[in-house]
Amino acid sequence: MNESGGVVVTKVNDLLNWARLSSLWPLSFGIACCAIEMMGSYASTYDFERFGVFPRPSARQADVIIIAGTVTFKMAERIKRLYEQMPEPKYVISMGSCSNCGGPYWQHGYHVVKGVDRVIPVDVYVQGCPPRPEALIGAVLELQKKIEGEHVLEM
Amino acid sequence: MGEVAQISEFGKILIFLIIGIVMTGAAFFANKLVAPHNPNPEKLTSYECGEEPTGSAWLPFNSRFYVIALIFLLFDVEMMFIFPWATVFGSKEIAAVDSRWTALSLIEMFVFVGILIMGLVYVWIKGDLEWIKASPIVPKVDVNIPASVYEKLNLEQSAFKVKPFSMEIEKVEAVGASTPSTNTTAKPMFKPTFKKAIE
Repeated sequence: MNESGGVVVTKVNDLLNWARLSSLWPLSFGIACCAIEMMGSYASTYDFERFGVFPRPSARQADVIIIAGTVTFKMAERIKRLYEQMPEPKYVISMGSCSNCGGPYWQHGYHVVKGVDRVIPVDVYVQGCPPRPEALIGAVLELQKKIEGEHVLEM
Repeated sequence: MGEVAQISEFGKILIFLIIGIVMTGAAFFANKLVAPHNPNPEKLTSYECGEEPTGSAWLPFNSRFYVIALIFLLFDVEMMFIFPWATVFGSKEIAAVDSRWTALSLIEMFVFVGILIMGLVYVWIKGDLEWIKASPIVPKVDVNIPASVYEKLNLEQSAFKVKPFSMEIEKVEAVGASTPSTNTTAKPMFKPTFKKAIE
């Protein structure tokens, strides 16, 4: 029932998608300086929880992993394992130039993976070095749009 | 004539329990139905912040903490009672009804805390507040060397004198500048020669 008293008729799929996109729980996982902006997004000024985004301490409870920072080769292995340990359906937000394409390290960074999408599939890329919290909020809104069109029952 | 069936207070609790179990079961069932299920070996490993798990998670836990937990319980329960008591104690409405109320509640609380302090004193006297320390058994070895030899050696070692630092500087004759070129006519050691090809 909505506010005007009518009955909300919806498909099960839409209901599931609405439930999923309204509580996108990211893994609390920050690698480099982008994580500072990510923390800023969680904090009271930007209040990420308005969108149901609430960091989880375990990969088992997480829906989305925000790759916030420079992905080194050492870290790439861990990222891959963390991604594998998340339950389906799972999403990846690549935050900042470093995780998008290697960023300032793309030419001479012998230790940097040139984009996290070489390790795990990325759903949303956020540009910036580092991106502002508004940009990360925008990424989550984009991800919500993507989830709206999905069919979780067929996964 | 027929009595109207009434649900007793316990019946309400029963209904509450049944609905609770059904709802929880339905949630679990829906989860089984909807959630994607595709495990792989990496997913099934234990979560160690992305690290490769090493060893077993079943570690022996020190039994000393058992006593600490018990003593903690004592004060935890104390807290649980003191907080609600404080709100009643500070209530002006009750105090307005009977002025002796505040004094009575204060004395009662002192009695209560006093009983709990008895427990603490008991624990203290029994020595449970002391951290149990390990008493390692130092191995004894009989070497048949009298202790006086070691003492003498230690004395000698302790009276070690630091020598003042000094380095003898050897005079090195300058090479090249003082030696005149005496072997100016010396032959070069190797002279390349070219033989004519014999025709």
